[in-house]
Parts: sequence; structure tokens; C-alpha cells
Amino acid sequence: MEILHYTFMQNALIAGILVSLAAGIIGSLIVVNRLVFLTGGVAHSSYGGIGMAIYFGLPIFLGASLFTVATALLLAWLTFKKRHLSDTYIGLIWAVGMAIGVIFVDLTPGYNTDLMSYLFGSILAVQHSDLWFMGALLAMVLFAVHHWYREFLAISYDSDYAALRGIPTGRFYTLLLILSALTVVIAIKVVGLILVLALMTIPTHIASHRSSTLYGMMMLSALLAALFTLIGLWLSYRYDLTSGACIILAAATGLIMESLWRWLRSRQIRN
Amino acid sequence: MNVLRVENLRFAYDREPVLQGVNLEVDEHEFVAVIGPNGGGKSTLLKLIMGELLPDEGTITVLGKSPRQAREEIGYVPQNTNVNLDFPIRVLDVVMMGNPKQHLEAANWWERLFPVRYNSLEKRCAYTTLQKVGMEAYLDRRIGELSGGQRQRVMIARALCAHPRLLILDEPTSSIDVEGQKQIYALLKELSRDLTVLVVSHDLSVITEYADKAVYVNRSSYTHDLRRSPIHLQQPEGEHFCEIELMQMLAEKTCDCEHHAGKKEES
Repeated sequence: MEILHYTFMQNALIAGILVSLAAGIIGSLIVVNRLVFLTGGVAHSSYGGIGMAIYFGLPIFLGASLFTVATALLLAWLTFKKRHLSDTYIGLIWAVGMAIGVIFVDLTPGYNTDLMSYLFGSILAVQHSDLWFMGALLAMVLFAVHHWYREFLAISYDSDYAALRGIPTGRFYTLLLILSALTVVIAIKVVGLILVLALMTIPTHIASHRSSTLYGMMMLSALLAALFTLIGLWLSYRYDLTSGACIILAAATGLIMESLWRWLRSRQIRN
Repeated sequence: MNVLRVENLRFAYDREPVLQGVNLEVDEHEFVAVIGPNGGGKSTLLKLIMGELLPDEGTITVLGKSPRQAREEIGYVPQNTNVNLDFPIRVLDVVMMGNPKQHLEAANWWERLFPVRYNSLEKRCAYTTLQKVGMEAYLDRRIGELSGGQRQRVMIARALCAHPRLLILDEPTSSIDVEGQKQIYALLKELSRDLTVLVVSHDLSVITEYADKAVYVNRSSYTHDLRRSPIHLQQPEGEHFCEIELMQMLAEKTCDCEHHAGKKEES
């Protein structure tokens, strides 16, 4: 319990829980809507926002938020009616966003901050002020999903039918991409923009087998994400490893164990 | 009273018309089967009836209104091809999607704060709607656990949830075995006592046993009243042969109709 005496560790734990809630809830919506790689494109393009924020001397979170939301809006506009072209646009946004980030970092005079912390996460990077920003973004995500839960459920299950019943599917598709962009920003400092996708999909995949409602899936995913985050943070502190990678490997181990357990059970039932 | 009236309808996506000279009258409590070859314009006709497309010529009246004005009174069961069976959703959730406004109409301010939960009125509505299709015992079951026929009944319940006066189904039995198909059509026949049913179908051998009218659509249309002259497809020569014969007969009648329409236009 000694690790809880350090302020940076307290910050990391709070940040971990905030990230888990966002990743579990939005991850569930992303998975059932089959938008995992679209979110991957948004996540990687956020590097452009980080680079621009560094160059212009703005807070990193603000730069990343504005840039990823703009990317999400652009992707929503490009892909809503042309889903078959999604792959092309995702690849484009993914690479161009990262290239913009690299160029702006190159142009920044005397820049020497550890950029790896944004790519793979770092528990040391979480400041007290970051927690407030992450908390505010999470509150927006929670409010939107709670308030429009039925609309999100309807467009996720059968988008065509939802449109027939008068639900503006295009608007909710755009909102969903904006919420995933905000979730990426919340998770940048804990798991990093490269690994955030795994935290949004692994707990969700496990939860999908054990839930009969989307709401139940969201809750269970958030709980599992929190569990994997806490285990990963402890491993990161104990062995001085990168936090994001530890969290993702803890989640992957959980997924393998759950899959094995399910396989053994199905064998038992057959026998 | 006419629930649906289509007069001299013409529609083209490009220059070549998909539908031309289509006429159709459907009365209250009728069970109508729309049949015809693939690419003959059946799905386009449905889209026009539901107000998703606008006709180039002619008129469509649904319950005395334009299709867009009548949208709230039309229940629709789409073809079940894109539904994800792994989706974590209960029968109750699916049925309530048919009437998204009910929550706001019935809920008090406290219930409105928690859209995740259904209020008692909604639960009662879902239960009674599921009773109509014989699925009330499955209210809390995950939809992916149901058989194809049971899922289709739930989709019909979803369409009935908003209390429509016209129920439109697009190939409701496309992935169901013959016994299941018969059960679905018997259910639709029963439902047609309270509302009007319009079904697009390929299952000629089954549907002609239950429907009141068969509307053959292949660019133009021909309506055959099955109550006046029933078609019996269960012949010793084999079912498939008879289906082809029926299609040919209806196709010839449709050509006649098109020919007459052409002559009328010329004169």
C-alpha cells in the first residue's frame, strides 16, 4: 500500500479509473457499431493535435481535443453515406494526422519533451490539472450516452430502422465519433494514443459474452477496464515499465484466461 | 375504405423506368402479397409507399394522406439480413424500438431522467404486443438466442408496437424453413383482422394459401384476387413447375395491362 502515498501514483490511479469508465462505455458502442478502426484512425491522428499544441505553446489536452474532434467530424462527414470507402479515409486520416504532429514537433525550437509518453502512456505524466480536464471530458461523455442511450441503442442495432422511426442517425453517428475522440484524449496520458484502442476493445469483447443488454455490457466493460488498468499500473510501478503497455498486456492476459475458461466450459457441456 | 391507392405510378432512377403504369388498390383488413421477379421493382414500390422515394408520375395515397404524412401509421418489417446476432440486446429492447416516442409520452420527469429503464406502461405495451405474436414468454431473452422464426415474430412485434394501420413486410420468411413460413403467414392472416397487411414475398406456394390478393410487379403490375379465383399450387406435377406457370400467367396479364395503358396514352 506504500505506493498510494505518492501523489503521482494517486493521480495515476484516479486517471486510470476515469479512463476505464470512458473506455468501457464508449468502447462498447464502438465495438457493436463496428467502428474500431475508425476510432483507431481518430486516435492516431490526435498526434497532429499534440504536435500543434507543442508548437503553439497551448495545453496538450486542449490541442489534442480540438484536433481529434475536428478529425472525428471530418471522418463522420466522409464515411456516413460511404461506409465502403471507410478504409481509405481511415488510412488517410491516420497517417496525415501523425505526419502533421511530427512536422510541428520538428519545427518547435529546442523541444525535448518525451513524446513517447503520449504514444504509449506514462503514469508520471499525469498532473493534478490533467485530472480536472479528464474529469470534465468524462462528464460530457457520460451525460451524452446516458441522455441519448435509447437513440444510441437504436442506431447501433438497426440503423436503417432507426432512421425510419425518425431518429436522426447521421447526427448520432457524428456524436458517437466525437465521443470516441474525447475518450481517446482522456486516455492519452494513461495508455497512450497507440494503445488506447486495445483498452476500448478487450474488456468490451469479454463483456459482450456475459451481458444481455448494451447497458450491462458498458458497465461490465468499465469494471473490467478498471481492473486491468489497476493491475497494469501496479506492474508498471513495481517493475519500472511503460504504463500503457502493462495495462494492455494485463487486459490481453484477462482475455486469454476468459477465452480458455469458455472453451473448457463448452467442452464440459458437450461431454 | 382504401388503405392504399396507387394510380398510374411511374418511377425511374435514371432514364429507364423501374415502374410504369402501376395501379393498386388495397382495402382495409386485406392481406396482400406482392410478388414478381428480382429487379422487377417490388422493393422500389415499397420505398415509394413508405415515402422514402417520390414518384415521377401518378399518385400514392396511404390512409387518405401522402405516404410521408402517413408514416406514423405504417409499420415496417425489413428483410432480416444485417442484424448482428451477437448484439447484447433483449427482446424487450427490440420491441420498444418500434415506438421511441412512447417513453416521452408516458414517463414522468423522474423516469425521463433514466432512459435506460423502461417504465411500467412501456413494459405493459411490449408485453401485449408480444402476446399478439405469441412471444410474450421471451420478453427478457437475448435476441441472438432465438430461432429465425422467433426472431421474425419479434420484428413483427416491433412494427406493431406503434399501433400501425398498415403493416408492410419485405420478404419476412427469407431465411426460415417451410413450416416456419406457414406459421408466419398464418400469424399475418390473423393480424389482418385488425390491420392491413402488405407482404413482399418469393414463397409463392405458401403465400397464395393465405393472401387475399396477389399483386404481380414487373415494371407494371397486375392484381389477382385470390378470394375469387384461388390458385392451388399443390399439384401432382411438382410444386416448382406450377410456380413457374403461375409467374408466366401473371407476367402475361401484366403485359396485357401495360399494352392497354400504352394504347390509352396514345389515344
